[in-house]
Amino acid sequence: MTWLKKTGFLLGILLSAAFSLVPFLLFVSSAFKTQAQVTAIPPELWPSFSIDFFRSAILRYGILHYLANSVIVAGSTTVATILLATLAGYALARLPRRWAHFSLMVILACAMFPQIAIIGPLWRFLRFVGWLNTYQGLVLPYVALTLPLAVWIIALFFREMPQELEAAALVDGCSRIGALVRVILPLSVPGLFTAAIFTFIYAWNEFFLALLILTDPAKQTMPVGIALFQGEHTVPWGEIAAASFITTAPLVVMVLLFQRRIVTGLSAGAIKG
Amino acid sequence: MIPANRKFLLTLLTPALLVLLVFVAAPVIQSIILSFHRIIIGLPQLKSPFIGAENYRELLHDPVARHSFLVTVFFVSTTTFFELLLGLLLALLINHRFPGRGALRACILVPWAIPTVVSAQMWRFLFNDAYGMINYLVFADKVSAYIPWLAAPGTALFAIILADIWKTTSFAALLILAGLQIIPEQLYQAARVDGAGMWRRFRHITWPLIRPALLIALLFRTIDAFRVFDLAFVMTQGGPADATNVLQLYGYKKMFVEGWMGYGSAISVAVFAMVLVLAVVYVRMARRRLLEATL
Repeated sequence: MTWLKKTGFLLGILLSAAFSLVPFLLFVSSAFKTQAQVTAIPPELWPSFSIDFFRSAILRYGILHYLANSVIVAGSTTVATILLATLAGYALARLPRRWAHFSLMVILACAMFPQIAIIGPLWRFLRFVGWLNTYQGLVLPYVALTLPLAVWIIALFFREMPQELEAAALVDGCSRIGALVRVILPLSVPGLFTAAIFTFIYAWNEFFLALLILTDPAKQTMPVGIALFQGEHTVPWGEIAAASFITTAPLVVMVLLFQRRIVTGLSAGAIKG
Repeated sequence: MIPANRKFLLTLLTPALLVLLVFVAAPVIQSIILSFHRIIIGLPQLKSPFIGAENYRELLHDPVARHSFLVTVFFVSTTTFFELLLGLLLALLINHRFPGRGALRACILVPWAIPTVVSAQMWRFLFNDAYGMINYLVFADKVSAYIPWLAAPGTALFAIILADIWKTTSFAALLILAGLQIIPEQLYQAARVDGAGMWRRFRHITWPLIRPALLIALLFRTIDAFRVFDLAFVMTQGGPADATNVLQLYGYKKMFVEGWMGYGSAISVAVFAMVLVLAVVYVRMARRRLLEATL
């Protein structure tokens, strides 16, 4: 019986690992194949570790340009969101319960809206102020959409911090801002970091708004580039796989390094932005 | 203990609320207003006359919209069902302590972390009619039997559902896992002492205690599945024969491809209304959880 249980358990583990990884490996391994291998019928499994597709994706399709845009957009979104969420999260953690609850409900409700419900007017607004095809035109909506989750994570973190620390700093002659910056913030780095990971992943991966707000290829981010990847006659699968590999690699590294933090963040908030 | 300097705290809150107001709340309200007007993006000289509920009347009689609604509901219910079922199994698995548990958790986070667009291209490639792995897996070398999965209505919808399940099952699993981890081990020990088998321990301890976590996962997945866009856009463009024309894609096409801003807004308000009902339920639950938690 225990033998049977153990086998079943092991099988379950192997199956879930395979289900999660194999499709992805099959796809990104194409990036390391040759053109003949990618379009072989029936398909060839093992890549020959050629880097031709990377060269072609970078030189002919200019994907490093999209990558740079992604870095700028996701980076500035993360900085701006964490800044605003820190201020708001601190306020929510210190405000009287009644106020904090009401504000948090309003903020969380904003995370529920489907993007389609905001895109029409948002697009008209951005066109009106001339921000279509600009970084700020995409970053500001991203900040709005990532704020709810970031505020939630950070507020929970601040709440758990002993107020005595802050009180001591105030007694020692710190201003409130001083106490926040010198005492609270250094201790909150883990919470801020968790919020930053979620914000960065959202901004790095987002497609719908990016597709509509950035129509100029010079400004487009990686997901838009990958979705609209066009060859001259056929679908350039090898180059798409290479671009996907480059886009995904930083995320996979983040997951490996910070999986514990991500899991805690997901379950503590039980929320997705 | 600290003098509640309310004004100072509210000042700190203002920038965040302002951004949310300008970029989320105001657009949502304006969407509702636009949906009562006739607005065509390419023809600004027509102005934007108020036409009452005309757009909504049209929406009710639009066969494509009705089909799109049914496709979306089918997509939402199938994906949510399988994601919760597989997520529950996965969570029960990870809840055990075993060597390599951290590695497995990292593995299942990979689909969650990668961009949906990448996973869409991935499945489009795997479902390719000639050199896709799925055909090879099913038919091996019998090339003549290969199926153009994404070119037939039934299989295309199936492909998108599978892609979504692959991408978000881990998210459901982690939410459920959070519920599992707060169950005290003593309960299981006591049940074991009383001679309860594995099934009875699950039925009478695990199940009732993870129901709140399951409910939250259910609402999240439902709300999120209603917003499906990237998968359909990349894998099928809504085709073939509108088989994967989900609501957000249809709204996008009406608004930005055909330029019917008013009618598209009516579609988006309809999607919004459906999600709102779910969101209200969720927020009420979240408030209760919040009161129990620290905040």
